[in-house]
Amino acid sequence: MPQQIWRLLVVFGVLVTGLVVARHFLIPKTFGEIGHYRAAAVSSVAARKVNYAGREACAVCHDEIAKDYVRRKHGNLTCEVCHGAGAAHADAPTEVKLQTPRQRAACLLCHSYDPSRPTGFPQIDPVAHNAPKPCVGCHNPHAPEPPHTPEQCGACHGQIARAKEVSPHAALECTQCHKVEKQHLLTPAASTPSVPTSREFCGQCHASGAASAKEIPRVDMAAHGQLYVCWQCHYPHYPELR
Amino acid sequence: MTEQDSTQRLPEESGETGSCQLDRRTFLSKSLAAPAMLLAVLQPAPSDKAAAAETPQAEAYRPSQHNYAMGIDPGKCIGCGRCAEACKTENNVPREPFYFRTWIERYVIQTDGQVTVSSPNGGLSGFPPVQETGILRTFFVPKLCNHCANPPCVQVCPVGATFTTQDGVVLVDESYCIGCRYCIQACPYGARFLHPVKRTAEKCTFCYHRLVKGLRPACVEVCPTQARIFGDLKERASPLSRFMRFNQIQVLKAHLNTEPKVFYANLDGEVK
Repeated sequence: MPQQIWRLLVVFGVLVTGLVVARHFLIPKTFGEIGHYRAAAVSSVAARKVNYAGREACAVCHDEIAKDYVRRKHGNLTCEVCHGAGAAHADAPTEVKLQTPRQRAACLLCHSYDPSRPTGFPQIDPVAHNAPKPCVGCHNPHAPEPPHTPEQCGACHGQIARAKEVSPHAALECTQCHKVEKQHLLTPAASTPSVPTSREFCGQCHASGAASAKEIPRVDMAAHGQLYVCWQCHYPHYPELR
Repeated sequence: MTEQDSTQRLPEESGETGSCQLDRRTFLSKSLAAPAMLLAVLQPAPSDKAAAAETPQAEAYRPSQHNYAMGIDPGKCIGCGRCAEACKTENNVPREPFYFRTWIERYVIQTDGQVTVSSPNGGLSGFPPVQETGILRTFFVPKLCNHCANPPCVQVCPVGATFTTQDGVVLVDESYCIGCRYCIQACPYGARFLHPVKRTAEKCTFCYHRLVKGLRPACVEVCPTQARIFGDLKERASPLSRFMRFNQIQVLKAHLNTEPKVFYANLDGEVK
């Protein structure tokens, strides 16, 4: 074999050996075991500390609260929503104590009125609703049924109440159009209020021949939108036509 | 005894003389089968050991038997920010208002068609009052890493420091990440950030350290209205499969073909 080939082979040999040695030292041990990553990274992520103990951990000791609590309005909430991360407390119950929020602000995070919140979610106007008093004075957070059933629909239906307040329908009571069973005040989802089902209902005020105040806008019921009940086009809580 | 021994040995000896008559074919097949059987006996032991070493907390945990995903129902979200708060506490995410593994956005769509999206401090300390006139629709949308089945962030990592686990979670290998921020640029959902102290990429892990112990992610655990539903796509009956069955499901930026595994129910068209 010619000399130059030998030399090339030696050079290649050195390069390949260098590569193998470099790979051995540079590539982490478990790299590529499962995929194109360090398999050991998975276990190091899995070994991180848990801070939220989870609801089951609370029920082990606080069984008295947990037992009754699940049937109440806050039954879907884990204890740590209000009391904060509890793994440290679960490990050392006497040394680490959890917070017990008593200020209004804690409750208002969820229950202050915000139009972006889903309709029907219980929301209060923080200014109008017993302003300086802490919520826990009247409501037991573990069984937060209101001390007495709300007198105003706006207590839950804030979005509708606020729109109606500034609309031409402001003077109308909710019960003018909705029949509300008593059951609705206790378990809202079990009995929903009725809605007007006929055009004639709105026609009592808005038909051209109706015996109502003359500034109320009139429509010819025979010629205007016969196919629909009025509220299918007009939003009655804030009617856009004046 | 000796007599018995000798009597017992006799048939053995006759057996041995019999084995001398083994033909080549039987001998070869038997000698080939022996090491294979030995391997079969030894095989399960080291693999069990490896799995146990991987997750010392839960011996029974098998990553390949899961495929995790999350469902989100924006119609239930009240924007209280408890998820973002729990996430920061659970994962020691820096408290500055730039670093979030999960956050809440408020969408305000006005009658003139203008859309305003805001997320002050990730929604962690609530949302300021909004101007109430002229609103057509308004709602909250929780966001987080979508744990894409086809993740662009994993594709671009030059060193293999971010990856998809066997259970479908996209993770970052802290000790291997070089902090080049390529993945942060590649994520179409803005779900990654550079840790200000460690200088490595960080993101939602679906609380992987909780999953392997059989716990739910912290944000799902604390959500007061069950707007977040966590589950395993390989499980036929679970809250997630029920959620997927009874809702119109959408994902974010489906046109990018990232195949996200965070599923939104009845999502508004304005949400990108």
